[in-house]
Amino acid sequence: MAILLDKNSRVVVQGITGSEGTFHTRESVKFGTKVVAGVTPGKGGMDVDGIPVYNRVADAVEKQGANVAALYTPAAFSADAIIESIEAGIGLVVCMTEGIPVTDMIKVKQVLKTSKASMIGCNCPGITTPGVGKIGFMPSFIHKKGNVGVISRSGTLTYEAIWQLTNLGIGQTTSIGIGGDPIPGCGFVDLLTLYEKDPDTVALVMIGEIGGTAEEEAAEFIKSNVSKPVVSFIAGRTAPPGRRMGHAGAIISGGKGTADEKFKALEAAGVIVEKNPAEIGKRVQEILAKKGNKK
Amino acid sequence: MKIHEYQAKSLLRAYNVPVPNGDVADTPEKAREIAKSLNKTTIVKAQIHAGGRGKGGGVKVAKTPDEAFEAAKKILGMQLITHQTGPEGIKVQKVLVEETSNIKKELYLGMVVDRARDKECVVFMASEAGGMDIEEVAKNTPEKIIKCAVPPAVGFSPFEARKLAYGLGLSDKALSAQFANIAKGLYELFVGKDASLVEINPLVLTTEGNLIAVDAKINFDDDGLFRHADIKELRDENEEDPLEVIAKNAGVNYIKLDGNIACMVNGAGLAMTTMDLIKMAGGDPANFLDVGGGANPDQIEKAFRILTADPNVKAILVNIFGGILRCDRVANGIIQAAKNIDMKLPMVIRLQGTNVEEGKKLLKESGLKFTVADGLYEAAEKVVALIK
Repeated sequence: MAILLDKNSRVVVQGITGSEGTFHTRESVKFGTKVVAGVTPGKGGMDVDGIPVYNRVADAVEKQGANVAALYTPAAFSADAIIESIEAGIGLVVCMTEGIPVTDMIKVKQVLKTSKASMIGCNCPGITTPGVGKIGFMPSFIHKKGNVGVISRSGTLTYEAIWQLTNLGIGQTTSIGIGGDPIPGCGFVDLLTLYEKDPDTVALVMIGEIGGTAEEEAAEFIKSNVSKPVVSFIAGRTAPPGRRMGHAGAIISGGKGTADEKFKALEAAGVIVEKNPAEIGKRVQEILAKKGNKK
Repeated sequence: MKIHEYQAKSLLRAYNVPVPNGDVADTPEKAREIAKSLNKTTIVKAQIHAGGRGKGGGVKVAKTPDEAFEAAKKILGMQLITHQTGPEGIKVQKVLVEETSNIKKELYLGMVVDRARDKECVVFMASEAGGMDIEEVAKNTPEKIIKCAVPPAVGFSPFEARKLAYGLGLSDKALSAQFANIAKGLYELFVGKDASLVEINPLVLTTEGNLIAVDAKINFDDDGLFRHADIKELRDENEEDPLEVIAKNAGVNYIKLDGNIACMVNGAGLAMTTMDLIKMAGGDPANFLDVGGGANPDQIEKAFRILTADPNVKAILVNIFGGILRCDRVANGIIQAAKNIDMKLPMVIRLQGTNVEEGKKLLKESGLKFTVADGLYEAAEKVVALIK
């Protein structure tokens, strides 16, 4: 069935006329995504490959029934673009943009709290539901339709994990990159809730990294709320403290947020932790074999 | 981004937070002049982006302008080593010369962002255990720390200032009003300038009954700098590792570590993972480097130049997962870059993804000293074997 991005998703691309926006919209369309509109303020009336461009998200919602927004907007304007979408009634906002200030995200989270919208990102590779569509820049070839859900804070590391699964004949329901920022839209806990409810997802891969307490919160949540097996890898065991390792959220602060702490918390919650990233796929294969389900 | 104490105090002044009178000096003579104009006992403090300066000998009291001259003379140019600088220490280029305060009590006041789910907001932390390492206090006596989460929709309110003030033993009306002004100023600074950390340690209550920020540390959200040119200007490259400065100015995301196996990867998570893999295979990573999605020949060459500028590096591991980025393009970029810089170090190249077979073929046929690997762990094992 998939979560969040499904056959009812009608996507409006904010920033569609920029080079990133145009390129990835084309890839999305090739993958089968229903991209129904684009928004670039001031460029309303144009079209990109026949996709109508509007000045405002509200126009895309009204005229094309857009219910999902994909953002390839500059960091300085992204919070505004996100909030515009939420206010226009968009149900799922996916923001790929890196470099959004933390204080902007504190504001965005406030708006999300009092709305019905969900957000994926920022600073993320997006969301892919094989056989249905993809938003963002995960390479198309790595995906295969199946029954494993993937949630990750990384980009290319996520592709590695998905590719391992696909090469073992194990497909995915939906793969989601929640991004590398300290304050994301949906976190692990929000998505675990959805995957737990999804009848087609039978196992999960969770890829975390140093910084913050998202993995510890997930571990706590998994203990009493997730019945499906979870395989987890955490990047950054060798990261020095106090340094921002590429991702804004990947920073060990005040001694907290180390990979070892996260591995420990997850293990205590019954999660299958794998410290060798080359073995993630194999661990999932073992679980599925145990379940007698070799899809 | 970090800034110096004297810069933080300048900012505090602008937000009506009381700080000691004083000024920054880069020569002993300037230090003497400042002490003379202050006409009081002064404290001469090394300006480096690290704590523990006092213990390291970087802070001295001067009763006269001549003593300030002598103190500055000793401190300026010293390689100040503290528990936060690393064994080589940092060269002191500036000192802050300011009036001393008559200390009645030392308090702690800090601000961070709480990134926990459903809590995302700015948080104040206050404690009567001022002048101490707050992490120690948090570990041993957490009940001594009062926290106050600021609801983003409302901002910082007077009742929250009172919570903190009373928790600090400042229930006297005049004192709690003073405190409220300080907290308000700090909050405005934090959100107005996109700070990521503010630490006033100690916030001193003087015998005269005034609150004053005797030390100040402010870190800024790197992602907020684009909208604060004034803050960006405060960056001091002398406090950063020279290779990292070169990398940053070249647009390469690089962090220097202590090991001897360098790595170049596309993607921060995969880059951290590659460092971890090197360690797992028995090696020691020399750096973190994310070439990002644009691993074109130019970027690769820049990255190679930075990696090879580190004299500790004995081998390089390149780990690229090509999605939209095609492996044959990456291979050509690597070959070109290696030729351009006359690469002498042994390299293991692990490519995966789009056009991987073409990429591997190009590398094998290049005539250059590359070892090609397929799997993640295999790549790490191969590069560790290269330097044994």
